[in-house]
Amino acid sequence: MREVAVIGIGETKFGELWDKSFREIGIEAGLLAISDSKIKGEEIDALYIGNMSAGRFIDQEHIAPLVADYVGLAGQNLPATRIEGAGASGGLALSSAYMAVASEVHDIVVVGGAEKMTDVSEVYAQEILASTADQEWESVFGATFAGLHAMIAKRHMHEFGTTREQLGMVAVKNHKNGALNPNAQYRREMALEVVLRAPMVAEPLGLFDCAPLSDGAAALVLCPLDKAKEYTDNPVRIASCGQAGDFMALHDRRDICTMDATVVAGKKAFKYAGIGPSDINLAEVHDNYTISEILAIEDIGFFKKGEGGKATEEGKTALNSEISINSSGGLKARGQPVGATGVAQAVEVVRQLRGEAGDRQVKDARYGLTHNVGGTGASVIVHIFEGGV
Amino acid sequence: MEVGIVSYGAYVPRYRIKPHEIAAVWGVDGDAMSKGLGIQSKSVPGPDEDVITIAVEAARIALSRCKIDTKDIGSIYVGSESHPYAVKPSATIVAEAIGATPDLTAADYEFACKAGTAAIQTCAGLVGSGSIKYGVAIGSDTSQGAPGDALEYTASAGGAAFIIGSENVIAKINRTCSYTTDTPDFWRREGEKYPSHGGRFTGEPAYFKHIISCAGNLMKKQDTKPSDYNYAVFHQPNGKFPVSVAKKLGFTKEQIKEGLLTPVIGNTYSGAVMIGLAAVLDVAKPEDRILMVAYGSGAGSDSFDITVTDEIEKLNRNGTQSVSALIKNHKFVSYATYAKYMGKIHLRGA
Amino acid sequence: MAIPRFWREIPSRYNLIGTECGNCGKRYFPPRIICPQCHRKSFGKMKNVRFTGSGEIVTYSVIHNAPKAFEMQVPYIIAIIEFEEGVRATGQIIDCEVEDVKIGMKVSPAFRKIGEDGKSGVIYYGYKFKPA
Repeated sequence: MREVAVIGIGETKFGELWDKSFREIGIEAGLLAISDSKIKGEEIDALYIGNMSAGRFIDQEHIAPLVADYVGLAGQNLPATRIEGAGASGGLALSSAYMAVASEVHDIVVVGGAEKMTDVSEVYAQEILASTADQEWESVFGATFAGLHAMIAKRHMHEFGTTREQLGMVAVKNHKNGALNPNAQYRREMALEVVLRAPMVAEPLGLFDCAPLSDGAAALVLCPLDKAKEYTDNPVRIASCGQAGDFMALHDRRDICTMDATVVAGKKAFKYAGIGPSDINLAEVHDNYTISEILAIEDIGFFKKGEGGKATEEGKTALNSEISINSSGGLKARGQPVGATGVAQAVEVVRQLRGEAGDRQVKDARYGLTHNVGGTGASVIVHIFEGGV
Repeated sequence: MEVGIVSYGAYVPRYRIKPHEIAAVWGVDGDAMSKGLGIQSKSVPGPDEDVITIAVEAARIALSRCKIDTKDIGSIYVGSESHPYAVKPSATIVAEAIGATPDLTAADYEFACKAGTAAIQTCAGLVGSGSIKYGVAIGSDTSQGAPGDALEYTASAGGAAFIIGSENVIAKINRTCSYTTDTPDFWRREGEKYPSHGGRFTGEPAYFKHIISCAGNLMKKQDTKPSDYNYAVFHQPNGKFPVSVAKKLGFTKEQIKEGLLTPVIGNTYSGAVMIGLAAVLDVAKPEDRILMVAYGSGAGSDSFDITVTDEIEKLNRNGTQSVSALIKNHKFVSYATYAKYMGKIHLRGA
Repeated sequence: MAIPRFWREIPSRYNLIGTECGNCGKRYFPPRIICPQCHRKSFGKMKNVRFTGSGEIVTYSVIHNAPKAFEMQVPYIIAIIEFEEGVRATGQIIDCEVEDVKIGMKVSPAFRKIGEDGKSGVIYYGYKFKPA
């Protein structure tokens, strides 16, 4: 295994991109990452794209060669592969690319993540999201994706006394960060009262406890660390990657309030990186619902089980506090184009570790972590990055 | 061979609507409607309930009370005028849901409000001939009255299931007889959502003539008189007709009280006399004699002379599954909720 | 939902048929072909068993924002139920007011419509749960 570095990053603005098609956003993010890294198109060995459900969102399967084609690389017969792992699709595309470079199969690899969600109705989009849970034994009974997370929240409140206000504070914090991110879908702060007064989606989760439906794409360029300086002055090392799985349905999990896949993926990532949770300066965690962020910061090991809500309330996860969680605004404010999420999380961490995050810069950041979840926790992938290498 | 009821179960959805709620929508005097029809409330099926779910719930209650092997069920007939499918039997779904498939015969019946008793007769015949060990006869409906029509105040939902056999019989069917003519008092044409009726024509030449004739014929054949019966259950399209027909036949209010449920749950159509009989069996003692007379528009009556046996004491008749418990467990809904649950609100297409 | 896909699951949807591992005796719902504890040792030894469907609510939510097929039922309750046999399943809670549902509440199974392929399509039936 050889060390791998991120040498280029790119992302579109996230949001309701009515005037842009799937292929346009894919190209936009890819070209931004390629130009950021100073590589030439013909140097690219492979393309990996994380995408959850183009087949249902835009009636188009086989999207990897489509993007390669419209980026202008079809002529060089570039191998292009789509990776699907529900909400973790982007993170899994990154890990595939990382392993391809680390194992010396490829040298220069582009990783993309893209989803176009607003070409279908919101109701249908929610049904597509619900299909990442167990369609036969959860969704069919009317258990929506928000509903499954709401059941996690309800149990967490029951066991640990987590409050509706603490859930809301996750949204407040992430909106505060998102307001500082030019690419975020929501660039406005949101008062706690507004979050709490929002109409209920699935009790106890209100509308503003849920990440939005978004269009967007993000991309990274990877190469061996020892060649990284040829392409950038500021490479970021991928310190480790840890992936874990779990039972498909929420009701089959060992503990409803713990995402075991996060615990295991996190432990693996920390072990390979040779560091622990307290070494991490910033983390982009999978906050598709406010409760998800609370589970993530507990299960990764930043806070004790049951204390995620309290930590949020005490401001320990705010920008430049104990640990900066979701400096980008997270899925909540940056937006949630599903397949793009894992890649966009990496884009944010790399940007932070390069010191290029502007108003939301995390000070003296050396280690950053990304945490990307598929379904209600049946797939989890964690990456750790190191800057200043 | 002694043929009769081995077990039974009734089911009534928990939602209710008052006639005043309906009357207010149509600018009608609710009190007058309530008094005129003898109705205080009627049952309303939940949005996820239909004839099949009601039939299954009733059949499962019946099975839970006795110890028969579901593989010994040789026939299932589901009587209803509101089968969810115009083509595709309700009975196969019920058979599957109670674990009786595949070695049995099954079919759906329709005879307005007496399709359930027609099912009892068929099962009794099959048991009596030795063709089957047990038969399940179900009457279940989620009947609809057109918005604003007088029927809207009474048409309700519910059902009952009777397991018919010749072993461990809790109530022996001494005799059943029928009375059938072509009398178009009430009908629903294929493809129509709501039924039509002949107004006052549904009374004298239809309901009264058939029930009185059928009950009279049975008592004559059995050489019985009204006072020989502890209980009588007559079809009950509203709260008034059964009281009136009982009086005409010479039965007292006491005899019909236990089986008269329409005033609180409405007319459950194919379920009506069957839920009434279930309510009577809930309280009946060995040796009690019951007269049941169903009426189905179109038109016909089925009458039954039934004697309760000692076996009834062994049946679990208590708890949440009794008819009185079903009636007690209720929630009143507004006309708006009723309209939503009954599919009267038109949603945009998918 | 495609008809054959639903039809195959009828035993479990109507009668809560699951499986029991012939090696370790652990029970599963829905049915599994392989016991996650015994792996190879369970091959060919998974036996069908019927669950009572009675149990208690582990957690729940009241759904306000529903898929098209459930629009008429909002607000409705979904829950994870732990059967008395120790196995968990997800389902709807019916005949219960949204303000009355609680973690730990005892429930029993009910037979209801769980969906349909539009007004002209097949109706799907299956289990839901009601207060015991």
